[in-house]
Amino acid sequence: MATAGQHKHIDRRRFMTDSARMAAGCAVAGSLLAYMTRDAKALPDQAIRPPGALGEDAFLAACIRCGLCVRDCPYDTLVLADLGQDGPATGTPYFTARDVPCEMCDDIPCVLACPTGALDKGLTNIEHAQMGTAVLVDQENCLNYLGLRCDVCYRVCPMIDEAITLDLIHNERSGHHAIFAPIVHADACTGCGICEKKCVLPEPAIKVLPVRLARGAPGEHYRLGWEEKDAKGAPVVEGIIDLPDRLPGPGTDNLAAPGGYIEGLVDGLPSTPEGGFEPVFKLPEVTK
Amino acid sequence: MSTKGKVHLPVGQEAVEVKGWFGAHKYLVLRRISQAFFLFLFLMGPWFGIWWVKGNLAGSMTFNFLPLNDPLILGQMMAAGHWPETTALIGGLIVLVVYALIGGRIYCSWVCPINPVTDGAHWLHDKLKLQKGWQPKRSARYWILATVLIVSALTGTIAWEVVNPVTMVHRGLVFGMGFVWAMVAAIFVFDLIVARRGWCGHVCPVGAFYSLVGTKSILRISAVKRDACDDCMDCYAVCPENQVISPALKGKGDATPLILSPDCTNCGRCIDVCAMDVFKFTNRFDTHVEAPSDAVSVPEPPNRNAA
Repeated sequence: MATAGQHKHIDRRRFMTDSARMAAGCAVAGSLLAYMTRDAKALPDQAIRPPGALGEDAFLAACIRCGLCVRDCPYDTLVLADLGQDGPATGTPYFTARDVPCEMCDDIPCVLACPTGALDKGLTNIEHAQMGTAVLVDQENCLNYLGLRCDVCYRVCPMIDEAITLDLIHNERSGHHAIFAPIVHADACTGCGICEKKCVLPEPAIKVLPVRLARGAPGEHYRLGWEEKDAKGAPVVEGIIDLPDRLPGPGTDNLAAPGGYIEGLVDGLPSTPEGGFEPVFKLPEVTK
Repeated sequence: MSTKGKVHLPVGQEAVEVKGWFGAHKYLVLRRISQAFFLFLFLMGPWFGIWWVKGNLAGSMTFNFLPLNDPLILGQMMAAGHWPETTALIGGLIVLVVYALIGGRIYCSWVCPINPVTDGAHWLHDKLKLQKGWQPKRSARYWILATVLIVSALTGTIAWEVVNPVTMVHRGLVFGMGFVWAMVAAIFVFDLIVARRGWCGHVCPVGAFYSLVGTKSILRISAVKRDACDDCMDCYAVCPENQVISPALKGKGDATPLILSPDCTNCGRCIDVCAMDVFKFTNRFDTHVEAPSDAVSVPEPPNRNAA
């Protein structure tokens, strides 16, 4: 019986040491694996995820790298990242706008093909996609900014006049021409990348960037006073004192009366304005 | 103290003499055909434009109707905090049920694209008569499986997919190789030089997972004619998980002749190499052992009485 007890003791000791060894080995291997998953989270800036893709962290928890989105993409836009390529996590789908941009299919077949929800089925209107945001990164080489009428990015944009508009700016160089500046409106931009693809420059002046790079974010407590005022239909703060506004021009007393110009004052009529005074410098009268 | 009067023949030689080359390689050939078939299903699309099957082993869609998903990947996904959509859940469930019935590790020996690589490494390992090398415990893979799930939960990613050679090789073949060939080479060298039968037999958590899935599977190999065994040891030599054989083959009396260990990959090589036809495929409820008298009719009579 003594030997049996001894056996049991040795078995238990062996079990403990084996287990400890395994646990330690797994801790080491697991740390390595964890490190590699962290590394895999580094998505290159010009790799754009398919429409409806969850945020990168959530995406890597949900994407099984099956490539069904790639298979159902009719334009061969999407590809799976190759192992060892300096790119997105191996096997995950992405596209490079300058190679093949997203053609924004109405039925969004890539999203429908995704079996796991890594591409969110909540996206039913491709115009609401936010794959990235186009940014006119190089005004110095953009032909429109140089004063030409290239307009290509504007013309090819599937969301023309919403995601890209041409805004007129005075051309200081020539002195008497306009610059038709392409302006991206990030709320409407889907990040499809057609503008980047079609930019006529050898290296595009407009590029689709991940939203995190392309956009800033306002402070959570910021409010746009004019919007709040419109929404409320009245000044947001009750009883606010309207101080005089300083106007352009020489002198220090170019002040406009609170509440803006008072018709009577400008016209020099005898009626007494409430607390008003006439500015030395007057804005030119607007004739309607 | 040789156990037999005859000289040691190469593994499987005796079976070839008795059953012919094909008879002694039947399941090996069938297995290679099966592996090629499952790969070909996925290659028909990219090669010939016949899109019966889309995707890869991680997740696929057959005839735009049947979803199949790797349940281990779904498990990691859930550990990482993402609940999959219904399509993937159904696909994973189908795979789970099928392998639970026919034997989880059927996946390893009949489907997995890494199997030919490690089999090749083992073949060369034998040819070169190399040392066993590093042999971590067979249970190591279960520890690794647990680690993979824990790392998935901690990092919020499907962790094993960062290194999983099974899905990488399959994806590489179907979608584009990249540096996957380096992965194949690494596994080959690991099995050839570092650890004999190392990857599939000791490390791979995918295999460990499918072992667990098939714990109670129906399809089993049984040593029905174990009394005819002439102790040539060829089955042990050829079996990738040879710890599973002894309980069935060397069991006495009422001990079940079924190989019930979930580690058995149902590869059928033991059936191939046995000149005595000791083994056969059957179900887990078929516990009968054929009477020793049958052994007499076998062409080469055993001379174990002499030993």
